[in-house]
Amino acid sequence: MGEAAVRAGCRYYFGYPITPQNEVPEYMSGRLLQVGGTFVQAESELASINMVIGAAMAGARVMTSSSSPGVSLMQEGISYLAGLELPAVIANVVRGGPGLGNIAPAQSDYFQATRGGGHGDYRTIVLAPASCQELCDLTVKAFDLADKYRNPVMIMGDGMMGQMMEPVEFPEAIDLADLPAKDWTLTGAKGRPSRVILSLLLNPKVLEDHNFKLVRKYDAVTREETDWEEYMLEDARQVVVAYGTAARIAKGAIKRVREMGLKVGLLRPKTLWPFPDKPLKDLTRVVRQLLVFEMSAGQMVEDVRLAVEGQAQVHLYGRPGGVIPTPDEVAHQISHYYYQAGLMDKDQQSGRLGGAA
Amino acid sequence: MKKIFEAPKSLKDNLFHYCPGCGHSIIHRLVAEVIDELGIQERTIGVPPAGCAVLAYNYFDVDTGEAPHGRALAVATGLKRVLKDHVVFTYQGDGDIAAIGTAESIHAANRGEKVTAIFVNNGTYGMTGGQMAPTTLPGMGSTTTPGGRDVVRDGAPLDLTQMLATAKGSVFLERVSVATPKDIRKAKKAIKKAFQVQLDGLGFALVEVLSPCPTNWKMDPVAAYEWTDKEMTKIFPVGVIKDITGYDKD
Ligand SMILES: Cc1ncc(C[n+]2csc(CCOP(=O)(O)OP(=O)(O)O)c2C)c(N)n1
Ligand code: SF4
Ligand SMILES: [Mg+2]
Repeated sequence: MGEAAVRAGCRYYFGYPITPQNEVPEYMSGRLLQVGGTFVQAESELASINMVIGAAMAGARVMTSSSSPGVSLMQEGISYLAGLELPAVIANVVRGGPGLGNIAPAQSDYFQATRGGGHGDYRTIVLAPASCQELCDLTVKAFDLADKYRNPVMIMGDGMMGQMMEPVEFPEAIDLADLPAKDWTLTGAKGRPSRVILSLLLNPKVLEDHNFKLVRKYDAVTREETDWEEYMLEDARQVVVAYGTAARIAKGAIKRVREMGLKVGLLRPKTLWPFPDKPLKDLTRVVRQLLVFEMSAGQMVEDVRLAVEGQAQVHLYGRPGGVIPTPDEVAHQISHYYYQAGLMDKDQQSGRLGGAA
Repeated sequence: MKKIFEAPKSLKDNLFHYCPGCGHSIIHRLVAEVIDELGIQERTIGVPPAGCAVLAYNYFDVDTGEAPHGRALAVATGLKRVLKDHVVFTYQGDGDIAAIGTAESIHAANRGEKVTAIFVNNGTYGMTGGQMAPTTLPGMGSTTTPGGRDVVRDGAPLDLTQMLATAKGSVFLERVSVATPKDIRKAKKAIKKAFQVQLDGLGFALVEVLSPCPTNWKMDPVAAYEWTDKEMTKIFPVGVIKDITGYDKD
């Protein structure tokens, strides 16, 4: 992630140590030196996110990373980033919570990431990679999206991804000079009127206009940037919905149940906000059984239920606390609901009828 | 007719919203005059706080970026690390810099961030209506200290500037006042020096300005200025607190 960020033009990193993501600041502290960038170990996550605000105001590509408790501390700053329309990238290597919790991989910050976390009417673009290669690609994309929409972008990973060793093909490093110029940054009022990037909009009408402007932006993000992966959906009678590490485990489970003849597929959101609700709704024309698998007590499941608008049964297999279920455990859940819904009988029927789905 | 007195170039032609007799107006003017005199308007970036000075962008004719309450020195750090050749200053109240933003202040000073902080000490939370500030004097009234600040119950006033003196990266710290014309002249000199320190890349510089808030002190402006001069300086004596600039004594 660190190298991908540097290649995406990130020259400023501000952060505070927390397990399980210390590899990122450790890498950045040395790497940024080599490319003439700046690394500052801040006194807290509160300070890091506000340093990010400052660097973003100055027009730089800037990032911070942390894990759940630290990201909680950053929420005020993320709200400001959204309100001030500043581009920045925040990586959350999610660990088990609430509170200090533990340092095992988890997905229990879904609400915090997708519901704002901080105060006010705003949205954070949330990307959920599921492999090292994707972590790398989505990191580059995060910087592009942040600049394109002038909005904070969060990368949601977990400690599992941090520990995985996979070959990665790095993108070409961009030339900073090729980035589009920004006409709103604070660089000194030389040869132009002075600029202000302000957060306080006392007049309710002015703030309402600003909020509606943000809404239009969020609508555009939803239209243009919603992203997901479809896996073995063609003939699926039951679909698992999972993201990140959980999606990888689910794939293993699906391979297993497919060997037993169960027609199961996977829909994997790559953007958690905007959430791929349209493809999910479209699925319900042929699929009535969904199983949401997430490493939390059940958060994304709410978005899935909203998306399908009652047109499918939505089951939850949620494992909180940093527990990583095995593909066998997930396979067991899949077949349990598969049989319970009588899908096996349907398979046999359609088999007798000559395989028409 | 010859103009013999005019507003600083670095102040916009807007009416101050500050209450009559408020110290913020004077301090704004001093900062703007210094920016003019140093010829740095085109490369200065101001970071106003949450506090009565939140609307400072309406007055300072330089680029400004608003910081969350207490975080001005972290925001300034981010700005300055990117814009090394620019001049970055924060403008913060006592609540902002010495309560909610204490950690950011100490660590910015300790890292020796090459920024200038203007710390307006009015002994109160002006913007939110006169609650106790970290700098409220013993016995002084506030809306959250019935019977006045009781040091046993509420703690004693915090001298942040003294604390910052122990930070290795702080180079120039001075406490001034705007209570009398003589004080105002001294205040301007200190502010100018604090900007010069940044121009010379020496490290962190801060000027604490004792500043009357007639509204929340429930005094008329004349009494408030007198109180600043007589009472505030007992707890917060004016003078240079730290100076390792190596500039010649003047
Ligand atoms: C996180 C947060 N907490 C509280 C506030 C409310 N608030 C705004 S300004 C302020 C105190 C202002 O006092 P000071 O910094 O001394 O500035 P003054 O108005 O006296 O100049 C407070 C508590 C806020 N904006 N943000
Ligand atoms: S409340 Fe006090 S500090 Fe605020 S503008 Fe009025 S006099 Fe100034
Ligand atoms: Mg105050």
